[in-house]
This record gives sequence, C-alpha cells and structure tokens, in this order.
Amino acid sequence: MTTNIQAPRREYVDGATAIVRGAIDAGCTFFAGYPITPASGILMAMMRELPKVGGVAMQGEDEIASIGMCLGATMTGERSMTATSGPGISLYSENIGVAVMGEVPLVIVDVQRLGPATGGATTAAQGDVQFVRWGTAGGYPVIVLAPSSVPESYSLTVKAFELAERFRCPVFVLTDKEITMTLSAVDVDHYPTVDVPARVEKDKGVPYSWEPADAVEPMRHYGYGDAFRFTGSTHDEGGYITKNPAKVGALNEHLVAKIEDHRDEIEMVDTDLEAGAGTLILSYGVTAGSARAAVRRLRSGGVAVSGAVVQSLWPIPETALGSAFDGIGRIVVPELNMGLYRREIDRIAGDREVVGVNRIDGRLITVDEIMEAVR
Amino acid sequence: MTTVTITPISTFRTDDPYPFCPGCGHGPILDRLNEAMIKLDLDPAKVVIVSDIGCSGLSDQYFITSAFHGLHGRSITYATGIKLADPDLDVVVIMGDGGTGIGGTHLISAARRNIGITVIVMNNLNFGMTGGQHSTTTPEGGITSTTPLGNLEHPLDICATVGVNGAGYVYRGSSFDHDLADRIAAGMRKPGFALLDVWDLCTAYYVRSNKFTRAGMEDSMRSWGMEPGLLYDREVTEYATGYRAAHEAIVGTPTLSARPIPVEFESTLDHPMSLVVAGSAGGKIRSASRLIALGAIRSGLWAAQRDDYPVTVKSGHSVSELWLAPEEMPLTAVTRPDVLAIISADGHGKAGPYLSAMTANDLVLTIPEYADLDTEAQVVVIDPKSAERRIPKTSMGLVYLAAALAMTGPYPLDALRVAAAAGSFSEVNLEAVETGIALV
Ligand SMILES: Cc1ncc(C[n+]2csc(CCOP(=O)(O)OP(=O)(O)O)c2C)c(N)n1
Ligand code: SF4
Ligand SMILES: [Mg+2]
Repeated sequence: MTTNIQAPRREYVDGATAIVRGAIDAGCTFFAGYPITPASGILMAMMRELPKVGGVAMQGEDEIASIGMCLGATMTGERSMTATSGPGISLYSENIGVAVMGEVPLVIVDVQRLGPATGGATTAAQGDVQFVRWGTAGGYPVIVLAPSSVPESYSLTVKAFELAERFRCPVFVLTDKEITMTLSAVDVDHYPTVDVPARVEKDKGVPYSWEPADAVEPMRHYGYGDAFRFTGSTHDEGGYITKNPAKVGALNEHLVAKIEDHRDEIEMVDTDLEAGAGTLILSYGVTAGSARAAVRRLRSGGVAVSGAVVQSLWPIPETALGSAFDGIGRIVVPELNMGLYRREIDRIAGDREVVGVNRIDGRLITVDEIMEAVR
Repeated sequence: MTTVTITPISTFRTDDPYPFCPGCGHGPILDRLNEAMIKLDLDPAKVVIVSDIGCSGLSDQYFITSAFHGLHGRSITYATGIKLADPDLDVVVIMGDGGTGIGGTHLISAARRNIGITVIVMNNLNFGMTGGQHSTTTPEGGITSTTPLGNLEHPLDICATVGVNGAGYVYRGSSFDHDLADRIAAGMRKPGFALLDVWDLCTAYYVRSNKFTRAGMEDSMRSWGMEPGLLYDREVTEYATGYRAAHEAIVGTPTLSARPIPVEFESTLDHPMSLVVAGSAGGKIRSASRLIALGAIRSGLWAAQRDDYPVTVKSGHSVSELWLAPEEMPLTAVTRPDVLAIISADGHGKAGPYLSAMTANDLVLTIPEYADLDTEAQVVVIDPKSAERRIPKTSMGLVYLAAALAMTGPYPLDALRVAAAAGSFSEVNLEAVETGIALV
C-alpha cells in the first residue's frame, strides 16, 4: 500500500474537541466547569489537556464556583474559559454581570440542550439564543458567536478569545448538542492558523478608564506591578464604589459604547448570495446544516435562492445582513425554538416577509421542511 | 532573577475612616488584619483582599493592597481562582455570616481542597447591611427582623464544618481577642485553607434587639458548645501547589492535535449515502458507526455521524445516523436512510419514522424478530444464530453494518478491515467485521 501525497488529509472529530483545541491554541490557560450533558466532553478534555500547557483546569463544586474561579484567575493574568449548558448558564447569570461590570475577558461555552429546566439533556435545541444575550441583570451588551460545524467550532472559539481580550468582556460560544457531539470528517488543512495577540497589560495606574467612551483600557493583573482594585459594584476609574451620577453614567455608557461602536469588528455572517434570488434562507448553528443543504438542492433544481449563516448572533450583524437583504422579498428563518432570532430579523427586515421554520420536539429541521418554506 | 527592594510598610490602611456604625465590631477586626499584615511584613502588591457583600464587604476599600469585590457569598470562589493562578499571592477573604450561609458550598469545598486562602468571617449573627435579618449563625431564640418571635433554626457551627472537612487552620474568637492579629498572621502563614470565625457585635441590629453584650457573646459561644480558640492546626498540602506538583510530569507533553487518517483505498460512491443503525445503549453502536466512517475516510470519502441515545448511557436505545459522501456536506438529519439496521427491541422502537419514509430501493437489515416490518423497503433478515460463532451483544452493531457494507459496496471492505485493525479492541472488531461479511 502506498500513501498518495495528494490524498486528502482528514480526521474524524467532534465539535467538543475542536473547541478545546481552539481554546488551547488561543492561549487559554485556565478552565473551570461543572459536569453537564452535553458540555461535559469539554470539561473532561480540558482537565486532561490544559495541564500539559502549564494551565490549570478545575471541576468546580457548582457552576457559580466555576465561573467565579475563572473571574479570579483572569484577573490574575490567565486566559479563562468555562463550558456548560442551559441550566448552568442560569447559575452563571449573576457572575456574567460581574464579568460585564468588571470588564473581565472570559469565554463562556453554552452547549444548548432542550429546555426549559432540566429539559432534555441529550436533545438538540437553540432555545438559549436570547437567554445568553439577556442572561444577566442590567441589559448590557455581550458578544455571542455561534459555530455551525466542527471547523467553525475551532475558529469561532479562537475568535471568542480574541474578542474577549479586545473588548474586555464575556464572549459566548453558543453551540449545541449536535455540533458538539457529532463526529465528522474534517480536512485538517482547513483549520485557520491562529495568532491571538498577547494581552495588553499595564503594571500600574487605574484599572479602568472611559475616555473616550468606547476606549478599552489595558488590563491590570494581581501580582504584576502595583496593587489595584476590582469591583462588581458601580465604580470610578480606580475601582472605588461610587454613586456620583456623572461617573456612574460614564461607566455604564462605556460598557455599551465599547461594543456598540465597534460592531464592524465583531459582525460575522457567512453569506452565499445568488443574483436574482427573491428568497434568503437565514440560519445559525446546527440549523445551518439543513439550510445550506436546502440552498444547494434548490439551486440544483433551478431555483434561485440565497443563504446566510449568522456567526455573530450578538451584536446582530445588521450591516452584513442589510446588504444580503438587497432584492430579497422573503426571508426564511429555521430555528430549533419558536422564533427567538426571527423576531430580531423581523425588526431589521423592513417590509420583507419573514417566515419561520420551527421545531421544539428535539428533532432537527429537515432539508425538505426548509425547501417547503421557500416555495 | 530580578531583585525587588521592599520598604517595610507601617500600615496597610488608607487614610479613610471606616464607614461602620459606632461600636460595630467590623472596624476592630480590620485593625487586627492590618497588624497581622504588618507583622508578616507583606508587600501590599502581593496581597489580594477578596471581600464579600454586606457591611463586611465594604472592608477592602480601606486597604492599600489589591482587592476583588465580587458577589454575595462567592468571595471564596474568586479567591480560589486567584490563588490557583498565582500561588505566590497572599489571598485573604473577608466575609460576613451571611456570605457563609449563601456560599456554604464554597466554604466546604475550599476547606476540602485546602486551597491556600485565609478566610476571616465577621460573624455578627445577623445580616447587618440589609436590616438585621437572621442568618445561618443566628442563635436559636435570637430576635431579628425576620424572626420577631425568636429564631427556630439551629445556628451553623462554621468552624466545625470546615474543621471536619479538612481545613488546615481553624480558629474561633471574637473582635475583642488581644491576640487576634497573631491568630490572623498564623492563618495567613498556614499553607492550606485557614478560617477564622470572628464573632462581633452588630450594634445597629443584633445588639439592640437581643440586649446582646460582649460578655453575653462569650457566654453564648460556650453554652452552644462552640468553644473558642485554635480548633484545628494540621499539616496539609496546599491545593494550588499540590496541583502543580501532580501535573508537573505532563507539562510540555503534546496536546490534542489533528492527526490525519491515511487514505489508501478508493471509493466509487458518487452520491451521499446514509446508514442508520438502531440498537440498544451499551451495544457499542456509536463505536461501530465510527469504524464504518473511518473506513470511508480511508477510502477518500467524507463521513459524519449523529448519535442519539438517552442520558442513561447504558440503557435504552442507541441510534446512530451515518453519512458517507464523495463531497463535503453540511450536517443534516437522516430522514430516509439508504440502509437501516435494526438490531434490538430498543432500536425497533426508534425505527418507525425511518421505515415509513424508506422506499423500494432502500435496504433494511434486521434480526428474525422483525421479519414482518411494515415498510416499502427491501427487508433482509439476518439470523445472528447462523453465524459460525456466537455474536456478543456489543458486536451486533458492527456485524450488521459490515454486512450492510458488503451488500452495498460504498467502499472496499479492506478499508474497513484496516480501520478495525488500527483501532482499539482490534481483535474483537476484526472478528465482528468478518462475521458480518460472512453472513451475507
Ligand atoms: C444574591 C444576593 N442576594 C441578596 C443580596 C442582598 N444582601 C446584601 S448584604 C446581605 C447580607 C449581608 O450579611 P452578612 O454577610 O452577615 O454581612 P454584614 O452586613 O452582617 O456584615 C444581603 C442578603 C445580595 N447582595 N446578593
Ligand atoms: S449595620 Fe451592623 S454590621 Fe453594619 S455597620 Fe452597622 S453595626 Fe456594623
Ligand atoms: Mg453579618
């Protein structure tokens, strides 16, 4: 037997492995999580792999402890990640707010399963798409990326670390049971080369500043340089608690502006547009599989149709979608929920007809179901 | 090596006066912490005070050290993350009795781990900040704003709780103790988990509603069987240091990297093909499906498998949907399989939707029990008893899939043999492959 050098170089791998590799390649050095199907694979792999690069991986006593440890570790110079599913995100809620308020870079993987409550542990769903966005008190912006394949599980995890550092904020990787646990052949040469820059840090001075409002201050970390303060309470630039309305306003406007004013650095959509198409199939995450297949089949049947797979769910990629909507009269949005993202699309779609294809019974939306909605 | 010159610090306090009510015990406790840090001659930049929420949680702002002020009851979790990240830092947690209640699980876990942090509990037997409500340490009978007729709950013995669970250093005392600074310093020197349960007076609430006094406090401690003093001082391994030692040997070993599977065979498959195997959990269904996929990849094909099973991994159904394709394809569910193998009652229970979608060109392989399936597909019954050797339950999936490959020929059977030989359990798997091929 001879091995042909031109032969494809493929591996057979699941999304969880891709997330773990992405994290390690992006420089993750700290992980803490609590076991929950379908996210446990990430925890177990991190416990095994992270010490090999000199990092620390912990199984916390619960989700609150896990995210708490991540926050403490990041403020001590580590790059941290945690992973859970819907029930765990519920327990993260209050500390997601600490990450927003204290401007802590943190990657949070939500491997969605069917809810509400304990729901269906091994059942695919996309029910957390609004939950992760609005999952903590106050309504401040967070960033949410949604991979739709194994290679994207890798590249968007890397991107999540990059954005978390860039904007000093929590970034969610919103995936699901199928994308994380499904094994697929992947061309090993198709993973992007990763180069996440080192954290911009300073060894003295105030830990925060919001002049101008959208500017992100280099980080401080414990043990490096002078002493500094961190707080989850409303604070001034020095991390001292304040009720001074001018300072309170400046801080809170900064938390919004640093993300909203830089949407162009975050927005990501994989568009597949066809001239003359009247219908656009807009999907994200696991549902993108059937959506992409539907686009292919419709086109091979002579139907002009466009496709868009949203990778940055939040902030909503309004600019890229706006141009994808050009000439489109009908937008089909398949989702494994009752239309949680469709409502956002409706909001930006103008007069266009926006129709959903929805399932909440644990089964995936089929190619045929999407094709029917297009016709 | 860099040399750092440290000028001895005369105080770790800022110039700001404490914000506490007159007579509140929190201020004196913080003064003792200040003295302890002076005694230990610490570098304020290497100390992190992690404060909880409550009047106690206001403490960190009055020190020149670093500070982390987080959520109510979660201070220990942040402190743990800080210590894990940098074991050289001195990490002190200041929390109230309220924080030990809401964050009780963290208290226990930190003690069990012996993470090297020092927890000072400002235990004033009620929630000061929120208006004198009862806490987990409020004595039985204690009058608070939420126990107007007297508390009905037994007070939590914080020291016993962490002590029996492995904490390295445990001390109970009060804000009036002359040697409190030394006790705090001893706790901070302890490599493992140290806790000081320091009782103090909340003059705004607990003192007022219970005519509580210093003398009363010390008497009550004894009458409730909560003796003051140094209660535990044991040799322990500090967790962050222990973690590093335990993992030292694997640092630098390779992590998960992509390992391409060699392509040594050719396939003539010119369209996507779907195979579904429906069996029982514990029957190695997923592994069987994986081997078929690996054989396909060795033949230059693309493959993907979507598995469905209940959360009870070893009981109930296990269904694996497998796609083999000449081109890369997006992940979709299999609705109408080209081949369906039904190998158990659990699998049969899940096969209905597939069977009704299948047409005359499709193939069902099944065990004799299901010879009369209601489907348009072609049904081939394979009796496992006709095999030369008894087929173990855990090989049924692979036997039937191998048979399916032999009948449909998407790629050379040798590719499957090589895949089976290359993996774990190769002997058993190779035997299953040959059994399946022989059964057709
Ligand atoms: C999750 C959450 N629940 C409730 C509160 C409100 N709260 C603030 S302080 C406090 C109790 C503080 O009591 P303790 O820890 O004993 O501190 P003390 O004020 O007595 O020093 C509570 C319940 C909160 N901040 N967070
Ligand atoms: S309310 Fe109680 S605990 Fe708070 S400052 Fe006043 S006396 Fe101290
Ligand atoms: Mg209290």
